[in-house]
Amino acid sequence: MSDAAVAGVTHADHADHPPTSTGLSNEKLGMWVFLGSECLLFGGLISTFLLYRSKVLPDIPGGTAKPLHETFNIAFTSASSFVLLMSSLTMVLAVSALAQRNIRGTRIWLAVTALLGMMFISGQVYEFYEFVNVNGYGLTHSPAWSAFYALTGFHGAHVTIGIVMLVTCLALTFSGRVNGDNPETVEIVGLYWHFVDVVWIVVFTLVYLIK
Amino acid sequence: MSSTDAQLALGSGSGTAGKPLGVFARAGQTTGWRSWVTTVDHKRVGIMYGAAALFFFVIGGIEAMLIRLQLAQPNGNVLSADQYNQMFTMHGTTMIFLVVMPIGASFMNYLIPLQIGARDVAFPRLNALSFWVFLTGGIMLNSSWLLGGGADGGWFNYAPNNGVMFSPTHGIDFWNMGLFLTGIASLVGAVNLITTCLNMRAPGMTLMKMPVFTWMSLVTQFMLLFAIPVLTAAQVLLAFDRLFGARFFDVAAGGDPLLWQHLFWIFGHPEVYIMILPAFGIVSEIIPTFARKPIFGYPFMVFSGIAIGFMGWGVWAHHMFASGIGPISVAAFSVSTMFIAVPTGVKILNWLATMWGGKLRFTAPMMYSVGLVTMFTIGGLSGVTHAVSPADTQQTDTYYIVAHFHYVLFGGALFGFVGAWYYWWPKAFGYKLSELHGKINFWILLIGFNLTFGPMHILGLEGMPRRTYTYYDGYNFNLWNMVATVGAAIIGVSFLYFFWIIWKSRKDALAAKVDVGPDPWDARGLEWSIQSPVPTHNFDYTPTVKVFDDFWYRKYQEDENGTLQPVATAEEIAQPGNGEGVHLPSPSYWPLVMAIGLPIIGYGLIYTKLLVIPGLLIAVAAFVGWVNEPSTDPEAGHGEPHDDEPSPEPAGTAAEDATEPETEADSAEAPVTEEVVAP
Repeated sequence: MSDAAVAGVTHADHADHPPTSTGLSNEKLGMWVFLGSECLLFGGLISTFLLYRSKVLPDIPGGTAKPLHETFNIAFTSASSFVLLMSSLTMVLAVSALAQRNIRGTRIWLAVTALLGMMFISGQVYEFYEFVNVNGYGLTHSPAWSAFYALTGFHGAHVTIGIVMLVTCLALTFSGRVNGDNPETVEIVGLYWHFVDVVWIVVFTLVYLIK
Repeated sequence: MSSTDAQLALGSGSGTAGKPLGVFARAGQTTGWRSWVTTVDHKRVGIMYGAAALFFFVIGGIEAMLIRLQLAQPNGNVLSADQYNQMFTMHGTTMIFLVVMPIGASFMNYLIPLQIGARDVAFPRLNALSFWVFLTGGIMLNSSWLLGGGADGGWFNYAPNNGVMFSPTHGIDFWNMGLFLTGIASLVGAVNLITTCLNMRAPGMTLMKMPVFTWMSLVTQFMLLFAIPVLTAAQVLLAFDRLFGARFFDVAAGGDPLLWQHLFWIFGHPEVYIMILPAFGIVSEIIPTFARKPIFGYPFMVFSGIAIGFMGWGVWAHHMFASGIGPISVAAFSVSTMFIAVPTGVKILNWLATMWGGKLRFTAPMMYSVGLVTMFTIGGLSGVTHAVSPADTQQTDTYYIVAHFHYVLFGGALFGFVGAWYYWWPKAFGYKLSELHGKINFWILLIGFNLTFGPMHILGLEGMPRRTYTYYDGYNFNLWNMVATVGAAIIGVSFLYFFWIIWKSRKDALAAKVDVGPDPWDARGLEWSIQSPVPTHNFDYTPTVKVFDDFWYRKYQEDENGTLQPVATAEEIAQPGNGEGVHLPSPSYWPLVMAIGLPIIGYGLIYTKLLVIPGLLIAVAAFVGWVNEPSTDPEAGHGEPHDDEPSPEPAGTAAEDATEPETEADSAEAPVTEEVVAP
C-alpha cells in the first residue's frame, strides 16, 4: 500500500530515487533553472531593441523616417495579447483539472490553451505579413526593424515550442503517460507557458505601448 | 494510441516500453561502441567529454604551433596573413569552447554525482545530449577548414569586422553555428548539473558540507546558465545579419558595433571565470589531500567563489577600455576589476594556508596544483595591471595581453586539469598514471610554458601587436619570439610525452594487474569511499554525511592532543561495489539522434534552406522518441548489469531486452497495453 502510494505521487520514472534535497522534483527545479537562463536571452534581445528602436531609416532617400509605432496596429496586437494572456488562465485550468484527476477536463483545457497559442501565432504571422508586404518594413529595412523582428520573432518561436509541448501533453494523456498520478508534467509545461506570457507582457509594453 | 482507464492508474512510462517510434530497440549493450553512443551514465559521458576535448586540444595545439612557427622569425612566410587570421581565431575558439570548457565539463560530470553521493545526474539523457551536441558543434566548427576556411575575426569576432562585407567566406557562419551548438550543450549541462547539485545530495550533505570542487562547479554552472544566453542573443543578431541581411551591425544604417562588444563581453568575462573556477575547485581538492589538512577557511573558499560568480558580471567593460566608452564607465569598471582580484586573492591565500604546516607529499597531482597556484598568481598580477586603465590603453592589443591570459588559462586552468587527470585517473580507470614520468613531465611543461609565455610580457611592453601575422626585423622582437617558439615546441613535446605516459601507465597496469584500491591517495571526498574504477551504479547504498570531509573523518579521528589517529582503513569502510537491486537510467539513442539533427539545420542555414527541413525532422523525431521513452526502462528489471555478476532474479527480461527480439520490430504501438504486466 505504501509502495503504491509512493509510486502514485512521484514520477514513476524516478520512483526509486531517494527524495530530493530541496523537496522539489528534478523536473520542476530544472524548468525553473532553465527559465532563469531564458530571462537573459530575452534580456539581450530586449536591450538590443531598446538601443535600436529609434534607428529607423526613411523609405526614400532624403525623406523622413517613420517611427515604429506609427506602423503598429495597437488595437490588433492588444487583442492578440489578450488571447495569449487568456491562454494562461486556461493553462491553470488544465493543471487544476489534472490535479483533480479530471482527464477529460485536462484534455479540453490543454487543447484550448494550444488553440489560443495558435491564434496568437496566427496574429503574429498576419502582423508580420502586413508590415512586410503592405508597409514594406522587412527584417532588412533598418536596425530598428531588424531588432523588432528578432525580439518578437524569438518570442513567437518560444510560443510555438510551447504549443508543441502542450500538444505533446495532450497526446500523452491518450497514451496514459500523462495522468492523474503525475500531474506535474502538465504543471511544468505550464511554468514554461506562463513564463512566455510574462515575457510577452514585457515585450508588448516596451515594443508597442511605449512611444 | 488508445486510451483505457486501466492505464490511468499507472505511473508515467509504465506502459510504453519496447521501441519508441518503432525505430530503435532499447539499447541494452553494456560493452562495445554501441554502449558508448547510447550511454547515459554520467561517468562515461564525463570520459567522452574529456577524450573529445583532448582530440580538439591536439587540433588547437597544431594551430598554436603554426602560429609560433610563423612568428619565430621576422617576415615569416609559413602562413599568409589570411591564414594567420584564421589560425589565431580558430586556436582561441577551439581552446576556449572545445578544450577548456569541456574538460571542465568532463570533471564536473564525472565527479559531482560521486562527491555528493548520487547515483547519477538529475537528467541522464540530457547529460548525454549535452555531450553529443558539444561534439557535433565542435566538428561543425572545425569542418570550416575543409569548406572554405575558418573564421577570421578573432575569437570575439568584433562587429562590423564580422559582417559579410569584411569576412565574405563562410568561416564566421561556421563559428556562429558551431557555437550555437556548444551553447546548447552548455545550457543543457548547466540546467542538469545545477539541478543535480541542489537536488540530489546525499542525506546530511548540506550545501555547506559540499566539497569545494562541487561548489565551484555549481557557481560555474550558474554563470554558464546566465552567460551563454547572452552570447546566443549576440550570435542571433550576427546570424541574422550575415544570413538574412538584417542591419544590426550596419554602421551606415545606424547600427552600433559597440552593441556587439557589450553583449560579447557580458558573456565573455563570466566565461573567463567559467573556465578557471573548475580548476580552482580541483586544486581545492588536491591540496588538502596532499597536505593532510582540511581546506583552510572552507566558508571563505565557498563564498569567495560565489563572490567571483557575482562580481564576474560587473567587470566586462574592462575589455573595452580602448573602445571610447567614456571616462565614467572606464573608472567604474577599473574599480570593479580591481575588486574582483580580492576573492581570487582569498583563494590563493587559503591554498597557501592549507599547505602551511601540512605534511606535504609532492606527488604529480600536487606539483601541478602548486604549479597552478604560482602560475595563476603571475597571471593574476598582470591582470590587475590591466585594471589600471591608463596602463591598459598602452597594453591593449599587445602581446602583454596574450601573456596574461595564457598565464591564467594555461598556467591556471590547464595545469589544474592535468593535475586532476593524475589525481582522479585511478578512480576512473583503476590504475595510476606514472608518478615518476608525471613529475618529469611537470618540469618539462613548466619550463616550456614559461619560455613560451614569459617573453610575451616583454614583447608586449615593447609594443609588439597581437593578431598581426608578422613583424619586421630591427624592432628588437627577434630574440624573444624565437624563445617563445622554442618554448611552444617544448610544450608540444610535453603533451606528446603526456599521451605516452597514459599509454605506458595503462600497459604497465594491465601487465602488473595492480589494484589501486578505493582510496589510493588517502583522500577526503566521498568519491574515494567506493571502488576504483567506479562501479556503474556508483554507490551500493546512499551514504549519510555528518561533517565536511566525512570520509576522512571516518578514517581518522583526533585524539585528545589534537593529533590525527587512524581509526579505520579505506578498504574497511569502502562500499564493496555490489549493485544488486539498483535501478539505473536506461541507455538511449535519442540524445545522439537529436545531436545529429541540429548541425544539419546549421549547414542548411549556411548553404541551402532545403537542408533545414531534414535536420528539423530528425530533431523532431528525436524529441518524439525521447518523450515516449521512459528514462528508466521498466523492462530492464532491477540489478544493474554488472561486469562479472549478472543480476540473478530478472535475468530473463534483461537478456530478452539485450537480444532485441525481432518479433516486436513492427509493433510500435501495439505493446502499449500488452506489456503492462505487474512486476
